[in-house]
Amino acid sequence: MDNNYIFDSEGLSEEALKRKHKLENDPSCRTDHMKHMEGQDRIKSDIFDKVMEQFNSYDPAAYTAKDVSRALQQSTIGVEEFKALLSPAAEPFLEQMAERARIETRKHFGNTVYLFTPLYIANYCENYCVYCGFNCYNKIRRMKLNTEQIEHEMKVIADSGMEEILILTGESKAMSDVKYIGEACKLARKYFRMVGVEIYPVNVEDYKYLHECGVDYVTVFQETYDNVRYEQLHLAGHKRVFPYRFEAQERALMGGMRGIAGSALLGLSDFRKDALATALHMYYLQRKYPHAEISLSCPRLRPIVNNDKIDPLDVGERQLCQVLCAYRLFLPFAGITVSSRESKSFRDGIVKIAATKISAGVSTGIGDHESKYTGKENPDEGDEQFEIADSRSFETMYKDMSDEGLQPVLNDYLYV
Amino acid sequence: MENNDKLIIGGHEFTSRFILGSGKYSLSLIKAAVEHAGAELITLAVRRANTKEHENILDHIPQGVTLLPNTSGARNAEEAVRIARLARELGCGDFVKIEIMRDTKYLLPDNAETVKATEILANEGFVVMPYMYPDLNTARDLVNAGAASVMPLASPIGSNKGLATRDFIQILIDEIDLPIIVDAGIGRPSQACEAMEMGAAAVMSNTALATAGDLPMMADAFRKAVEAGRQAYLSGLGRVLVRGASPSDTLTGFLRD
Repeated sequence: MDNNYIFDSEGLSEEALKRKHKLENDPSCRTDHMKHMEGQDRIKSDIFDKVMEQFNSYDPAAYTAKDVSRALQQSTIGVEEFKALLSPAAEPFLEQMAERARIETRKHFGNTVYLFTPLYIANYCENYCVYCGFNCYNKIRRMKLNTEQIEHEMKVIADSGMEEILILTGESKAMSDVKYIGEACKLARKYFRMVGVEIYPVNVEDYKYLHECGVDYVTVFQETYDNVRYEQLHLAGHKRVFPYRFEAQERALMGGMRGIAGSALLGLSDFRKDALATALHMYYLQRKYPHAEISLSCPRLRPIVNNDKIDPLDVGERQLCQVLCAYRLFLPFAGITVSSRESKSFRDGIVKIAATKISAGVSTGIGDHESKYTGKENPDEGDEQFEIADSRSFETMYKDMSDEGLQPVLNDYLYV
Repeated sequence: MENNDKLIIGGHEFTSRFILGSGKYSLSLIKAAVEHAGAELITLAVRRANTKEHENILDHIPQGVTLLPNTSGARNAEEAVRIARLARELGCGDFVKIEIMRDTKYLLPDNAETVKATEILANEGFVVMPYMYPDLNTARDLVNAGAASVMPLASPIGSNKGLATRDFIQILIDEIDLPIIVDAGIGRPSQACEAMEMGAAAVMSNTALATAGDLPMMADAFRKAVEAGRQAYLSGLGRVLVRGASPSDTLTGFLRD
């Protein structure tokens, strides 16, 4: 059998290689991705069905310029209008959409832009997701920071001026369990005003525990809402369970978290349908939990290993801008985060239209903040999950945003 | 006239009847906004002031202006009380604007929780200025709970839609013996003027200024509008218009004694 996705499999045992190839080539050996695994909470929720129904019935090509024009004349953008604004027919209306999005953003957020930085504390992973550099079959330098190392990283970041942190791990319950993450979050509360996590989905009790450790925001990326595609891309591991991942944000809210964020990884499937599902997912959650602060991200696939095999459906900057303007018009009150995967010019432009939050001083590697911030060499670093396009430091970002006429905000939050 | 016409909140006297928000524009513009608006009270979110030394909003507020910290981010009375206490610890003084929202979409205030928080904080010596949905029963409860003013919303916060709740605010002005300060939704100076003509004690605005092309100039316009509205109210004109015209032939002219 062909080695389908990894070019460098040298480190794998014969047995592992065989299993990997089987997973790639023989769908029948893969688990049912729509069934919860043992130990995974099943919650009663109608949100899954609502979002999937809209996702499946949405045909972006069915919308015309007339539909878009009509949508833009409405004072409130509802689900139907949103669908029109996400369609290809809306592309010629991009400038109009941006103008209106800018007004909405200003009404709700003024000229503020929130800054944060992510901190990867471990990159062990038990999943086999064919597009991800952290996947369990990929030969990378694996690392898990110990308490001392985590604290050191946090000090370096806090000294730069940052007050909000997002703690990330690879998806390995064995190597980075909830207790380990919780301890990191307790430490983070010492150095930062606001702590969020982007970790593997966990049960309600675990979210409750993390909340007690000082976490108030949970980000989970669904990757794609196209469950057929999801099955083909997430071949093994806990992440394979589509509905368990989908319900993560709701479990987080049930566990007492203040805010949630989500997104598809645009480009894995039809990005217009995925954008619709992303926004509706958060929209229905906020309707059900009105106190929840919702936020949208907008990662799109950047050049990665296996790019040609995965066949990403390209999302250009214009399309991404269209998606973000549509998000803003449909959910005027939602936070929108644009990551350092995007270029400086894109981020500088989009914060004036729709985005409200950007990262700075970013490293997606493990334990390398000091070397990245100061140039001091550290041989003990774990590999990065993906390449970033905007490597501006906190100081530079603060200054750039101020120069753009925006007010950088480091914290607008209290843990109560 | 101005010298004798004071706004009194919790025993504190103010000459200006325009309360300025601070949340949606550059910190460097706060000073100019305060000066042009002639504001003596400025609101700020405690959670926003909960920052380290990098650039704190508190450092940008000119001396002599009274801080009105708000409890935005509170989802219930308990959280509002905790935030108010933190404001005091941060050195923001004894004024507090209670904002309790259970809804992140419209940010509508939770009246019942607001009454609870008002009672607790008033008992702790705060000058409590609760933001509320204009409801007469709640306003009466707030008076009994020890509020120093009542701050009904004109329309959804940030909407700039003006006095959507006009008739209900008028009821509060007529029935409540505390300053009624119209807050949220005032999008233009003419709306602020109208609220003052109706008899509001003061007007608060943030988004209308923050979204203006020239913030200090808009602050100036609001100051003038609020002053004009106040003068109109004191002159009696506004009330005639609101209540409708009098018939030229009296209905009771037939009475003989």
